[in-house]
Amino acid sequence: MENYIWLIPALPFLGSLLLILFGTRLSRTAVAILGVGSVGISALITILLGLQFLSEKPAFYHQEVWQWFSVAGFNPSIAFHLDALSTVFIFVITFVGFLIHLYSTAYMADDSDFPRFFACMNLFVGSMLKLVMADNLLLLYLGWEGVGLCSYLLIGFWYKEPANGYAARKAFIITRVGDTAMAIGLFILFQTFGTLNIQTILTEAPEVWSVGTQMAVLVGLLLLGGAVGKSGQLPLQTWLPDAMAGPTPVSALIHAATMVTAGVYLIARMYVIFDLAPVAQLAVAIVGAVTLLLAGFSALTQYDLKRVLAYSTISQIGYMFLALGVGAWSAGIFHFMIHAFFKALLFLCAGAIILALHHEQDMRKMGGLRKRMPVVFWTFLIGAASLAALPVITSGFYSKDQILWYTLAGPQGSIWLYMAGLAGAFITSVYTFRMVFMTFYGEEKTHVAHPPGKVITIPLVILAILSLVSGFIELPHNFAHVALFSGLMAPVLPGITANELLAANEWMFQLIAAVISLGGVFVAYLFYQKSPALLASIENSSFAMALHRFWFSGWGFDALYDNLFVRPYVFLANLNKRDIIDSFYTGLAQMAEGFHVMFSQTQSGVLRNYVAGIVVGAIMILTISLLL
Amino acid sequence: MNVSTMEAALLLAGVLFMLGLISVLIRRNVIFMLISVEIMLNAAGLAFIVAGSKWVQPDGQVMFIFILTMAAAEVSVGLALILQIYHQLKTLDSDAASFMKG
Repeated sequence: MENYIWLIPALPFLGSLLLILFGTRLSRTAVAILGVGSVGISALITILLGLQFLSEKPAFYHQEVWQWFSVAGFNPSIAFHLDALSTVFIFVITFVGFLIHLYSTAYMADDSDFPRFFACMNLFVGSMLKLVMADNLLLLYLGWEGVGLCSYLLIGFWYKEPANGYAARKAFIITRVGDTAMAIGLFILFQTFGTLNIQTILTEAPEVWSVGTQMAVLVGLLLLGGAVGKSGQLPLQTWLPDAMAGPTPVSALIHAATMVTAGVYLIARMYVIFDLAPVAQLAVAIVGAVTLLLAGFSALTQYDLKRVLAYSTISQIGYMFLALGVGAWSAGIFHFMIHAFFKALLFLCAGAIILALHHEQDMRKMGGLRKRMPVVFWTFLIGAASLAALPVITSGFYSKDQILWYTLAGPQGSIWLYMAGLAGAFITSVYTFRMVFMTFYGEEKTHVAHPPGKVITIPLVILAILSLVSGFIELPHNFAHVALFSGLMAPVLPGITANELLAANEWMFQLIAAVISLGGVFVAYLFYQKSPALLASIENSSFAMALHRFWFSGWGFDALYDNLFVRPYVFLANLNKRDIIDSFYTGLAQMAEGFHVMFSQTQSGVLRNYVAGIVVGAIMILTISLLL
Repeated sequence: MNVSTMEAALLLAGVLFMLGLISVLIRRNVIFMLISVEIMLNAAGLAFIVAGSKWVQPDGQVMFIFILTMAAAEVSVGLALILQIYHQLKTLDSDAASFMKG
């Protein structure tokens, strides 16, 4: 089976290529079969390979397809390295990707650019697979930029709306800031190790750098810069809420389940660097903790269903960063997997609602959808419960509890990070159930045109089941002690041991997390279901209104960047509008043209003038030669 | 050859040359211009002959034969061009042939 590894990224690329070349000439059915089928077969190969991986338990599978190029001792190859970490990622990418592609055939059915959509989606899946399977950082970077390009193409998919094009450019440019930092990090790594092969770097790094070396910290921070840009973390998070301009399946696949977690993958993949750079690792944890709080507060105030989910994604990735930052590597990846399931589910449910309500995204105009769309309601409820980490039954509880636990009890844990995580958990559960109550309860405000069909509901049901049961592969020690996931991760990522003093009382902290989560649901119920008057009385105070505006605008980051970077840049651009520097070159050209006009005057066409010219010239030369 | 004869001969050559040059400059008829060029060439040739006999060297006469040959070639090309100009423009006025002015 391991000989077919290359097929996993190759098939979506092939699908994309065929759709780009012949997409407009094919029927819609053929486009759908090609687009969904390529990812489907990839998913099938991945599952078979995953089963083989689980039964054989090798350290990794490695396949070199061909040598990319070879220049002065730098010879990266197109080679795939498949260990437990990348296997989890490719499983999520292909399987969730397949479900979202399937869903898209119904969601995009009426769109005139049907082939273009699937071509971009397939290209995205291929690039993302390349990113997580690459055995060297250069190939990883190629995939990294590939997903950035697809993200740009798909956010601006409905490009006739200028706002969508603006959002696409914003996403592209802001992530580029992080990518540049990452590229510089790669340059330093290459300069130090003479190779970009990931495994070589990971084994050699501890020999070259001692713990806390300035160089290691620098590389760690630069890689964090790349991760922060891609994953929508502070301070480069402003693009992600605007990225919701794209079609909803795109938001589900790219801006919730896969691409935005590339930063998490990068940090986990290069964990040795962060082990050697405790400062950089602490920075990861702090970025995660601050981001999860900021994004959570912003999510509380949004009215656009998709924007709530976008801020929630930023916040949940903050949790993953927090986990990575305190050294709970496996917990971070576990939360990535669970998050991919329930957040894709929530986005797809949101898409089903938006489609049924004629592209209405404002939650204030929704309501009472519980009776009208029962399947969507129940699956959304499961996704929301998982996001809010309702105890025992949802998988989100197990992954988030693990993160919170190690944030406190891990060797690098701290009470502050724990408090931030706990506060974030409370906010998460409030905004999640605010969403549920505003959308599905109360009176019906917009009529449901047509309930979603089977192609839309089947992926929802599958993802809902996964959101419920996938948590059971990793249960807390004092519960049942199932550690399938961390066991799988053990050969790739270092484990973590909890503080023994605290470990005795682990159940107490689980209880706190459970109470916090349920408390959030109760608050949401109180404000948005039982007595909206109470909420209104709080909201009407001037302080609350100002705070609401502040949070609604995402903590004013957009305005800040606008004043700090965009306006000065536009000012300079306006200054240079008349090409000040160019004037030197245009001056040269004008001078040449002046001479041309002058000399062409002498071409009178009168033979005698020419003769006179020759005579005068000859006399001049003779005179000069006589005088000198 | 004594000095006064040589000076007189060179003066003759110079006068001939200037006559040719002036008539090239002031004549508009192409045939007259061609003839004037011939006069200038022969003036130069005369100067060569004078110089050759002064230093008793054959080079001056050799150079004159070169000039004669070159003049013959030039005249044949020049006459062909003149014929074409006349054929195209129905005039021999050189100022009329100014299509290529800048």
